[in-house]
Amino acid sequence: MTLLAVERIKLLTTRSPWWCALVALVVTAGFTALVVGNADEEFPATVASTQFGYSFGLAVIMVLAALAVTTEYRFGTIRTTFQAVPNRAAALLAKTTVIAVLSLIIGEITAFVCWGISLLLQPGADLALNSTADWINVAGVGVVYAVASVIAVAVGILVRHSAGAISLLLIYNLAVESLIQLIPSIGDDIYKWLPFNVANKFLTGAGESNAGRMAEAGAPLSSSPLSPGWALAYFAAFAAVLLTIAITTAKRRDA
Amino acid sequence: MIEATGLTKRYGPTLAVDDLSFSVSAGRVTGFLGPNGAGKSTTMRMMLGLDRPTAGDVRIGNRHYDELDHPLRTVGALLEAGWVHPNRSARNHLRWIARSNDIPDRRVDEVLGLVGLTSVAGKRAGGYSLGMQQRLGIAGALLGDPEVLLFDEPVNGLDPEGIHWIRELMHTLAGEGRTVFVSSHLLSEMAQTAQDLVVIGRGKLIYQGTTDDFVASATARTVRVRSPQLPELKQALTRREVSFDESDGALTVSGMDSDAVGELAFAAGVTLHELAPQRGSLEQAFMQLTGEAVEFHTGEPTPD
Amino acid sequence: MIEAQGLTKRYGKTLAVDDLTFSVTPGRVTGFLGPNGAGKSTTMRMILGLDNPTSGQVRIGGKRYSELHHPLRTVGALLDAKWVHPNRSARAHLTWMARSNKLPLRRVDEVLDLVGLSSVAGKRAGGFSLGMSQRLGIAGALLGDPEVLLFDEPVNGLDPEGILWIRKFMHRLADEGRTVFVSSHLLSEMALTASELVVIGKGKLISQSSTEEFVARATDSTVKVRSPQLEALREALERASAQVEPAEDGLVVSGMDSAKIGEIAMQQGAVLHELSPQRGSLEQAFMQITGDSVEYHADLEAEARDVLAPTAP
Repeated sequence: MTLLAVERIKLLTTRSPWWCALVALVVTAGFTALVVGNADEEFPATVASTQFGYSFGLAVIMVLAALAVTTEYRFGTIRTTFQAVPNRAAALLAKTTVIAVLSLIIGEITAFVCWGISLLLQPGADLALNSTADWINVAGVGVVYAVASVIAVAVGILVRHSAGAISLLLIYNLAVESLIQLIPSIGDDIYKWLPFNVANKFLTGAGESNAGRMAEAGAPLSSSPLSPGWALAYFAAFAAVLLTIAITTAKRRDA
Repeated sequence: MIEATGLTKRYGPTLAVDDLSFSVSAGRVTGFLGPNGAGKSTTMRMMLGLDRPTAGDVRIGNRHYDELDHPLRTVGALLEAGWVHPNRSARNHLRWIARSNDIPDRRVDEVLGLVGLTSVAGKRAGGYSLGMQQRLGIAGALLGDPEVLLFDEPVNGLDPEGIHWIRELMHTLAGEGRTVFVSSHLLSEMAQTAQDLVVIGRGKLIYQGTTDDFVASATARTVRVRSPQLPELKQALTRREVSFDESDGALTVSGMDSDAVGELAFAAGVTLHELAPQRGSLEQAFMQLTGEAVEFHTGEPTPD
Repeated sequence: MIEAQGLTKRYGKTLAVDDLTFSVTPGRVTGFLGPNGAGKSTTMRMILGLDNPTSGQVRIGGKRYSELHHPLRTVGALLDAKWVHPNRSARAHLTWMARSNKLPLRRVDEVLDLVGLSSVAGKRAGGFSLGMSQRLGIAGALLGDPEVLLFDEPVNGLDPEGILWIRKFMHRLADEGRTVFVSSHLLSEMALTASELVVIGKGKLISQSSTEEFVARATDSTVKVRSPQLEALREALERASAQVEPAEDGLVVSGMDSAKIGEIAMQQGAVLHELSPQRGSLEQAFMQITGDSVEYHADLEAEARDVLAPTAP
C-alpha cells in the first residue's frame, strides 16, 4: 500500500496527468459529439457510435502513461525512487498499478461522458444500455485504457526517452497495425492477432452494440477470431508479457 | 560504517572501478577524493544499489543496500541536486520520498526548516537556484534521520554562508556518531571538512587514512623562522648540517622539527621572532600522490 | 583597469546595485565577493555592457564598454560556461567570436591549445562536461589577448588539477600586467587566488582592500606558543599584559606580536618549541563583515542540533 501511495503522490503532484486527462476527455467527447450530432435516419446513433472517439483518448492515455515513466528518467527521480525502494520490481509494479487505475478512471469518465452527451444530442435514438455487448462497449473503454497504459509504461521503461517512447507508441497504434494488413496474403492473418485490433474486438464484439446501422458505417469491426472475453484476456496477457520484459530489464540495468 | 571489498565495475572495455577495498568509519567525516574520471560517482552509485558491481561488493552496516528494510532510514544521500521533477514542489518531492520509507509527514517540514526552505516549500522546484536545489537535496538526505550520509559535491552552488553551514552540519552529523562520506573536488574546502580520506585514481585505491597523515606523507615538513640574529642562527644550523632556504628575511628550515630548532636557537642564544611549523597543503599532497593516476592532464581533456 | 562610479541598478522596486564605487587595478588578481543576491552578477553584466546602469557608470581603461572598438581585444569574460550553442563545435564557437572582432583565425587554435581543448575542438560543445565547457569559456575570454579579464565562478565543475591550473593561470595573467577580476563563493579558494578584494553586500560596497588587510581587520591575530617552560613564560607574558589562553599543548597569546613574545621568552630564559602567528581565515572575516547583509540568515547550526536529535521513528 505504501508504494501505491508513493506513486500516487508522484503522479498527482505534477500537472501533466491532469492536462492529459482533460485533453483525453475533450478530444474524445468532441469527436463523439461530431459523429453523434450528425447521425440521421440512414446512419442512426448507436451505442457503438457514442464511443467513436475512444482511440483518440487512447493515444493521449498512452502518452500520459509513457511520460509518467520517461520523465522520471529525464529528471533523475528514478534514481531517488530506486534509492528509496531498492526492490525495483515492486516500485515499478506500484507505478504501473497507479497509472493503470488512473487510466481506468479517466476511461470510464470519458466513456460515460460521451454516452451522456450522445443522449442529450439524440434523445430519440436507441442508446439505452440493455445488453452485455452495450455495457462492454461503453464501460469496457476504461479497461482498454488501463491495459493500454500498462503497455505504454512498459515501453517507457524500456526506451527511457520521452520522444522515443511516445513516437513508438503512437506510430504503432495509429499506423503499424493497419499497415500490416497491406502485406500480401499473410497480412490479414497477422493483423487478426495484433493487440489493439484484438482490444477492439473486446469492445465491439460482432457488432451487437451497433445494431440498426451498417457495419461499415459505424466503427470498423475487429477481424479478431477471439470472443470478447478471450480478446480482453489476450490483450491483457500481451501487456503483462511486455511489462515483465521491461521490469526484468530495469532490474538488470544500472539506474 | 561502509565497507567496500574488491569492488569492481566494468563498462565495456573500461574498468571504471578496479578492485577497490576500503572502509568508512562512523563518527568521522571521510572525504572521497580523486581526479575526474577516477570512479568516484560510480562507487557512490554502487553503494546505493543504483549500479551493480561487476565483481566485489559494498556493504553498509554489514548489509547490502537492497537488503535494507527502509533504506532511507539507514542511508541518506545527495548525489545530484538536479534529481527533482521541475514541476513538483519541494514539499511534494519530499512527501513521496518520506512515504516510501514510512517516514512521518511532519519530518518533511522539519527537514525543510533545517535547510531553510520552509518559505519556498510550496513553489515548484524547477524555479529554484542551484543553491536552493542543493539544500533540497540535503533535506532529502536527512529525511530518514540516517546513520550513514553520502554527499557528492555538496557545496556546489552554495554561497559562503551555505558552504560554512554545510561544513558545520557535516561536523555535527559526524559528532553524533554518524558515518559521513563526502566527495569533492575542492581540496581547500575538504582540508577543513574531512578528518579521514579515501583517495582513488583510475578506479584504484591510492590512499586510505587520516587527512593529517596523507598531507604529512606527501609533503615536506618545514619550519619557518624569523630572528633578529639571523646570521648566528644560520651558523648554528650549518654546524648541525641542517638545510634551509632564506627569503624575505625568514628561514625555511627542513629536516628538523620546530622543537629542535627552538632548542638549537636557545643554546646559541638567538632570540626568535617566529618559529612556525609549516604544513603542506592537501592540494600539494593530492597532486603529488595522484600525479600518475590523473587520466587526462591539462592539454588533453576528453568528454566524461 | 576597471573603474565603477556611483554604479546603480534598479529592477522595479529592488535596488540590485546601490551606488557602487570601486576600482580594480592591473597586475593583481582581485576577488569579487558577496553573499547570494548581493549584486555581483549584475555588476559584472554592467561592466560588460549587457545591462545598463540606472545611474552611475563603469569604465574600462577610461572607456565605456560600448565605446570599445573591438571589445574582445580589451575585455575577455567568462560569465556562464553554458552560453554556447550545444550543436556547435568548440572551434566553430571560437571562430565566430574571433571573426566578430577581426581576430586572426590562428588565434583560435592558440587559445584551444592554451586551455587544452585542441583534441576535442571539432566535437559539439553540447557533449562537453562542465569542466570542459568551463575551459572553452576561458578560451573565449582569452581570444582577444585582452588587458582585462572577468571570471565568474571559474573553478565551477573543475577537478583538483583544473582548479590548480586555473589558479596558476590567473596568477600568470596578473603577472603579465593584466587586470583580473574574479567572483567566487569559494572563500578558501579565493584566499589562495586573490591578493585584492572587492566585497559587496545588498548591492553596496562593504570593503575594498588587500586580502591580508581584510582578514586582519575582522579577525583577531593570535600567536601559538609552545615551550618546555610554559608556566614561567605564561606569567611573564601576563605581566607584560598580553592575553593568554591555554591551548591543547601550549598557549594562545593575543594582544602581542610574535617578535615581542620571542624577546620576552629570551629574557625569561624560556626555550621555544613553537612561536607561530595564527591568522584568521578569509571565511571568518567574510562572515564577520558581511553578517547583516546576508539575504536570509538562519541560525542553522543550532537548529541542526535540535532537529537531528532522534525524531524519526
